[in-house]
Amino acid sequence: MIDQDSQRSSRPIVLIKGLFKSYRRGVQEVPVLQGIDLTIEEGSFVALMGPSGSGKTTLLNLIAGIDGPDDGSLIVGGTDITGLTDAELARWRADHVGFIFQFYNLMPVLTALENVELPLLLQKLNRRQRREHALLALDLVGLVERVHHYPKELSGGQQQRVAIARAIVSDPLLIMADEPTGDLDKKSGEEVLDLLQQLNRDFGKTIIMVTHDPRAADKAGTVYHLDKGVLNNQ
Amino acid sequence: MALLRLILRNVLRQGLRSSLTVTGMAVAILAFCLLRTTVEAWYAGVAAASPNRLVSRNAVSLIFTLPLSYRQRILSVPEVTHVAYANWFGGIYIDEKHFFPRMAVGPSSFFDLFPEFRLSERQVKAFWTQRNGCIVGRKLVEKYRWKIGDTITLTGNIYPGEWRFVLVGVYDGATKSTDETQFFFRWDYLDEVVKKVLPSESGRVGWYIVQIASPNNAGTVSGAIDALFRSSLAETLTETEKAFQMGFVAMTEAIVVAVRVVSFVVIGVILIVLANTMAMTARERQPEYATFKTLGFGPGFLVTLIVGESMAIALLGGILGVGLSVPTADAFSKQVGPLLPVFHVHWKTMALSLGVSLAIGIAAAGLPAWRAVRIRIAEALGHVG
Ligand SMILES: Nc1ncnc2c1ncn2[C@@H]1O[C@H](COP(=O)(O)OP(=O)(O)OP(=O)(O)O)[C@@H](O)[C@H]1O
Ligand SMILES: [Mg+2]
Repeated sequence: MIDQDSQRSSRPIVLIKGLFKSYRRGVQEVPVLQGIDLTIEEGSFVALMGPSGSGKTTLLNLIAGIDGPDDGSLIVGGTDITGLTDAELARWRADHVGFIFQFYNLMPVLTALENVELPLLLQKLNRRQRREHALLALDLVGLVERVHHYPKELSGGQQQRVAIARAIVSDPLLIMADEPTGDLDKKSGEEVLDLLQQLNRDFGKTIIMVTHDPRAADKAGTVYHLDKGVLNNQ
Repeated sequence: MALLRLILRNVLRQGLRSSLTVTGMAVAILAFCLLRTTVEAWYAGVAAASPNRLVSRNAVSLIFTLPLSYRQRILSVPEVTHVAYANWFGGIYIDEKHFFPRMAVGPSSFFDLFPEFRLSERQVKAFWTQRNGCIVGRKLVEKYRWKIGDTITLTGNIYPGEWRFVLVGVYDGATKSTDETQFFFRWDYLDEVVKKVLPSESGRVGWYIVQIASPNNAGTVSGAIDALFRSSLAETLTETEKAFQMGFVAMTEAIVVAVRVVSFVVIGVILIVLANTMAMTARERQPEYATFKTLGFGPGFLVTLIVGESMAIALLGGILGVGLSVPTADAFSKQVGPLLPVFHVHWKTMALSLGVSLAIGIAAAGLPAWRAVRIRIAEALGHVG
């Protein structure tokens, strides 16, 4: 467990105050997040736990600028993202956030290399630079020999590692992972978690990970529990 | 380009679905091409009409003839440079199904009025030396495998009897739109026989072809000719060759309209088919679109992805259809022969068909693209997570 006091000097990368979010189901208003306050320091590895339906994905989506809150302030990497338009948010995500999904969400028609190159299409890079960056990222996740394989030719664990390469290739401020091991067997899950830990430890990547798995949470430096719309630090 | 590669791979992704859609598209565009060509073929006579030729016929109806003596009087009208004449012979070759226009023509300057019929001087000369000679269009000669010197027998119906003609010349059309299925023989030969069997019809012509110095004076000259014969036994009606041809086509206007309507119905149907395919495809790929959006790709990217795929399928089908239309039109042309004498797919029709294909591609992608742009990431990813 990271000693929070010793980290005070470091820069907060996520600053959340009084965050509210509810969904409308028909006429009924379903409150999901009810006044969340959260500060995440740069370079930390945060695990977000909680029962199903407690709003973990919702919170992650808000921090990543995929969805907007009903109320509260949300400053990520120094930007108040609640004030951005959809187009500005898209640009902001492309520049600052890497995503890892439970079901990998790779493009089936693209090879591993092309999948990793995908986010770079939004950066000012030429073909050769894109290729270099993508190869580097794939090397980091240990998949250089699989660059020309299509997702369906890879195991789940390998696919998730390609997804991790895709998430880090544009060198984002933040890496968001929603149950990255949820669809993997124990061993592959372990490998993915080790990889995330390594990214955090060796490269100083800030990672926010939603998980149900207590072992996954162990790998993270900080664990938060979300229940009934409120957050508890543990 | 990465986007293009993505589009093409997406097309190939559902191989069966894409190939069925492409095939459907090809068939539709083929049908569209052929139907448009049919309409054009219908108007081929109108299109090929020369602006400096007028046609004078009996004002009552085309089936009534005019005296040969009118020729000299028409020639006296200012601006008139040439006057030729023709009679519709009708007749039967083998049986009624073997239809082609058969006409008795004169005088010996007749072919001078029709530069679009390419003939050697020698053949024209042979025609006017051989009493029962005939000159026939290239297509017809090829169809029946006639050779110069062959005897061709027609059974008369308007003019009774067995008529034997000797092939002395074959004309080629100056352009693709020239009718190469006509059969010409000498009016003086016809009249010779008519004198004996139908004396009352002797010395009469079906219509006059009047060449004028300038197309601009068509109206005045027509008026002047008709004025010559006003309140005579056989009044004339003179109009441009185009209007004359149009008169024939007008009789069958309803069919042309029907063909046109069908050609658009075909397009409408394939548009619905492609739109359905695209909607299905786009629905299946919603999580992918959501992923693109999550990664920061904007609406323009998604629209290009979807519209591009739809256009690729449509254009592929379109190219296939247009490509097939040429041999199909050829085969069709051989079948219908002189019924639609000029039946070839014009490049404008091809261009139109490809344009229509593209438009179908864009239109079919409209709704799916709009939906993809509007999907909310959180909800669409929910399908996955
Ligand atoms: N787009 C939406 N429309 C309506 N309700 C939604 C929507 N997204 C989430 N919810 C509701 O919000 C609540 C929180 O959902 P969320 O997906 O954040 O939970 P979660 O903690 O990630 O759950 P899980 O562990 O099952 O993934 C749930 O009750 C869910 O039904
Ligand atoms: Mg969730």
